[in-house]
Amino acid sequence: MSYLYYPGCSLKSTGIGYEESILQVFKTLHTPLEELDDWNCCGATAYMAVDELKAYALASRNLALAEKQCPDDPVVDVVAPCAACFLVLYKTQQYLAKKNGKDLQIKQALKDVGLPYKGKVRIRHPLDVLLNDIGLEKIKNHVKQPLKGLRVASYYGCQMLRPYATFDNPDNPQSMDQLIEAMGGEVIDWPLKTRCCGASLTGTVEEVGLRLSYILLKEAENRGADVIATACPLCQFNLECYQDRMSQLYHDKVNMPVVYFSQLMGMAFGSTQKDLGLQRLFVPLEPALAAK
Amino acid sequence: MIAFDYNTATPRIGVYICHCGINIAGKVKVDEVAAFAKTLPHVVKSCDYKFMCSDPGQELIQQDIRELGLNRVVVASCSPLLHEPTFRKACADAGLNPFFFQMANIREHVSWVTPDKEAGTEKAKALVAAAVERVQHNRPLEKKQVPVNANAMVVGGGIAGIHAALTLANSGKHVYLVEREPTIGGHMAMFDKTFPTLDCAACILTPKMSDVKNHPNITLWSYSEVEQVEGYAGNFKVKVKRKPRYINEESCVGCLECVDACVFKTPRFDNEFDLGLKKRKPVYMPFPQATPTVVTVDPKTCLQLSKGKCAQKCAEVCPKDCFDFTQTETYEDVDVGAIILATGFQVFDGKRIPKYGYGKYENVYSSLEVERLVNASGPTQGELVLKNGEKPKSVAIIHCVGSRDHKTNKYCSRVCCMYSLKLAHLIKERTEAEIYNFYIDMRTPGKGYEEFYDRLLEEGVHFIRGRVAEVSDWAMTPEEKGKLIIRAEDTLIGMPRRIPVDMVVLSVGLEAHKDADEVRRKFNISCSHEGWFHERHPKLAPVSTATDGIFLAGACQGPKDIPDTVAQAGAAAAEAMAMIDKGVVELEPNTAYIDEELCCGCRTCVGMCPYSAIKADEALGIAVLNEALCKGCGTCVAACPSGAAQQNMFTDQQIFEELVGVLNYV
Amino acid sequence: MSAWLGERTIKYEAELDKKFGREMLEKHALESIHNCIQCGTCSGTCPVSPYMDYTPRRIIAMTRAGFKQEVLNSFTMWLCASCYSCTVDCPKEIKITELMYWLKQQAIKEKTYPRRFLTPALAKSFYSIVKKFGRNNEGLLIFMMYMRTNPFKMIKQSKLGLKLLSKGRLGLGIEQIKRKEELKPLLELVEKVD
Repeated sequence: MSYLYYPGCSLKSTGIGYEESILQVFKTLHTPLEELDDWNCCGATAYMAVDELKAYALASRNLALAEKQCPDDPVVDVVAPCAACFLVLYKTQQYLAKKNGKDLQIKQALKDVGLPYKGKVRIRHPLDVLLNDIGLEKIKNHVKQPLKGLRVASYYGCQMLRPYATFDNPDNPQSMDQLIEAMGGEVIDWPLKTRCCGASLTGTVEEVGLRLSYILLKEAENRGADVIATACPLCQFNLECYQDRMSQLYHDKVNMPVVYFSQLMGMAFGSTQKDLGLQRLFVPLEPALAAK
Repeated sequence: MIAFDYNTATPRIGVYICHCGINIAGKVKVDEVAAFAKTLPHVVKSCDYKFMCSDPGQELIQQDIRELGLNRVVVASCSPLLHEPTFRKACADAGLNPFFFQMANIREHVSWVTPDKEAGTEKAKALVAAAVERVQHNRPLEKKQVPVNANAMVVGGGIAGIHAALTLANSGKHVYLVEREPTIGGHMAMFDKTFPTLDCAACILTPKMSDVKNHPNITLWSYSEVEQVEGYAGNFKVKVKRKPRYINEESCVGCLECVDACVFKTPRFDNEFDLGLKKRKPVYMPFPQATPTVVTVDPKTCLQLSKGKCAQKCAEVCPKDCFDFTQTETYEDVDVGAIILATGFQVFDGKRIPKYGYGKYENVYSSLEVERLVNASGPTQGELVLKNGEKPKSVAIIHCVGSRDHKTNKYCSRVCCMYSLKLAHLIKERTEAEIYNFYIDMRTPGKGYEEFYDRLLEEGVHFIRGRVAEVSDWAMTPEEKGKLIIRAEDTLIGMPRRIPVDMVVLSVGLEAHKDADEVRRKFNISCSHEGWFHERHPKLAPVSTATDGIFLAGACQGPKDIPDTVAQAGAAAAEAMAMIDKGVVELEPNTAYIDEELCCGCRTCVGMCPYSAIKADEALGIAVLNEALCKGCGTCVAACPSGAAQQNMFTDQQIFEELVGVLNYV
Repeated sequence: MSAWLGERTIKYEAELDKKFGREMLEKHALESIHNCIQCGTCSGTCPVSPYMDYTPRRIIAMTRAGFKQEVLNSFTMWLCASCYSCTVDCPKEIKITELMYWLKQQAIKEKTYPRRFLTPALAKSFYSIVKKFGRNNEGLLIFMMYMRTNPFKMIKQSKLGLKLLSKGRLGLGIEQIKRKEELKPLLELVEKVD
């Protein structure tokens, strides 16, 4: 089984560590990810705020490209690690399958630019692929350096499981927890697994965005987490990169490593720091590991 | 009765188009339909009239039968379910066999389902043409009368079943009361006080329970379930399964010496009656006033029954030698004339809304659990305490849990606002805690209910209009530490709030029993997609069902409180009594018959008949139908390859002619 | 104590835009907001509602009643982070996040969005960058957003930018797609049929 890989814009810049570690983990598991050729931005939340139909048209080009790249596959699985890309592409795929008239407009426009779309694409999150296609048993076989005693707060964020919960329980998701436990880590139970990190508000209405992220970091700390694991480049960025500013703003030292779940997996698999993009972290993970 | 040879006499048809006020006339040009009907062959009179079902409307038909010599009548109006009996009777009173009457439904099938007056008029004409064509082939039929069995059965021993059974028994009918639990009493027996008067539930219920036990006209079968129902109104045959108690019910007096002697020294199994808040032993009585006052042995936890090995101390100490570990299921077959279903409800499972933390946080309770906790005979002797044994200083009561919610139950459960007020009062009285009621809308319509709400407002209970978004243990301030935090918008103030409390009560809604669909099939009645049993008419036949002789009482028909339940139980008993006291039931003459000339003896129908009404006559080589057993389902008619099986009121000819009527018009 | 402003707070029926409340919503498959029972679950679950001028529940009430001016001038939708908590928790299954998107689109169309507020500026900058290059460029996005609103505030962000650069988490070049000839006509085509 092969998968097309849709990185999205963030995984090529602020979230590059996510791309590096995801590719490394899938490589270790002998499940190659092939990048979608000439993919374009999914549109994220901002495009939808301006124009609905164009937002769907923009995202739909990626679906058509995926079919073009795998013309003989009955089903084309596209793996989108960024939660926002995952949601936008999934929503677009649903929109085009709904037969509300507008789906035809978009399909016609796609055809007119030489990208006919039949509807064979499935949008998958890597957590879904790891758990349900590859399976915990196989993954466990690759663990070389278990994350002994590392207390992890798994943080799922919003858009991976809302409004569409395609592979996990949106009220108390477990997929990341299961993976971390399989890596030998210890997961903490906390009630904010899917509470919003502030998303783009950290960049626009900073006082609100930072507060939302700060709430998450403090609660993870209060519950004894050594590290927060994320599955979204924006969540990771918000939680990690503003900790200095939060410390100033709230007169409260914030120092909590925030990594991608795939970085933790790669560590357990024995990949190098560099292969996993760990050197790019603002808040290093070493002290937490050293204490164990 | 007007006598004529319907085979040779020329049909003289009268057609009447009803306006039903503007119900029909608003969407159908009734005068045009009447004028059209006049053009149809054999129609000697056609007119439209404001309300055909009124006395003058019926008088019009009767006058025309007498003066114009009508021998067929067609009324185009509402559903036959509503007024077919009315018009049949009008015809009969004027001397015409009532089965020469035919009804066309131009209300439910036309005016109520179209906004288009032109299309409505056209369809009405087609339906009238069909009825005119069909009525010419109707045959005079006689309704048969059969005697009614004077006994009744009540299924379910909650307050609805108890009240219905006592009412029937007091009127001299013999009643079989079937209850599936070891005791009667239902949910009401679990409550502490009842709203709005705050009278003690046990004080008013237990006398009625012992009345049931002691009534000479009541046979109480507890720990029993209806297995099978056959027959029809006035003559039901019911098979009841009696589950083994492993106790001789007749001799046990409930002395409880066996419970003390049980090899399990301490109670360690969840007592279902206390929702698991109190433990019991394998041999137990659910609560002290249980009726019948006998013990039950739980086969799942009893060592003798589950492992086959026990010292049997219980049996040893029993002074009346009641134990019998070899008991098995037994069956009782009884004949009854009427059945009242009073099977009640189940409460919503709070776990289905994970955001409220039920099952996750130990101090989140369901309202029914709190009923037990505040009950003086409950697991804590009426002390409302937290899991750590302390009294709560603040309590949140969340309304509408599993009600008014498209993801769980869309309907309003009707009783939760009032019982939440009651619990707020009781908790305040016992703990002096701050109480916060989170409600969407306060619904207190009932005698003395709004006054009770007033009283709670005076008592200083907080009312916050807003549906709770989340219950969590995520503290943001020092005061919130160690508490359960309620997050909700105070919608009247327009601001989100966080309120820390010690205890949360989920006012869970009422649901139909999980097996409601199975039960309704057994009794051949219908239910809504939520599982509530359907009444025949929401206003005018609220305790009857579409199946004659089967009546409804209490919450199995929909959520309702105790006063409404008791009123309905009384009504159901009265309806059953009216049927029984009449002594006879009339059967619709829609039975099937076999045309002996056409029957080829293939026996297809014999195997198909669900009522075993058809037998093969070996000597004649044909099928013979027992009319007394036939229910008129039509299965044999559809199955018969030679057209020998026909059904009165639905002969092939009648149906084909009806089609011809429509097609000729179209 | 705040001063009494003497503002009139009564709404005359003639001031309402009834079309806004009914026809527009139905046209955009948002008619389910008519089922709203004003229970406030959305506002209770919303992580940003403490900062909104009107809670989401009030926005729903005002939208369906036709309070167009107040709704389109509000900050509420610009604070919505699209976390979808309201949408999944709503007992009447109202797509509140979609309503917020629709209100953002209307406010941009009617030019009633708050000018100095960064959220609409971010949306508009993002829109034009992606339209031009096919991909987002985070550095450019932040630059454009501040240029539209308050260029001086950008200085505050420079430290973070430099740190990202040094960690290789921000590039200086422009990310773009190869076949722009597919994207531009695609967007123009759907515009035409709309």
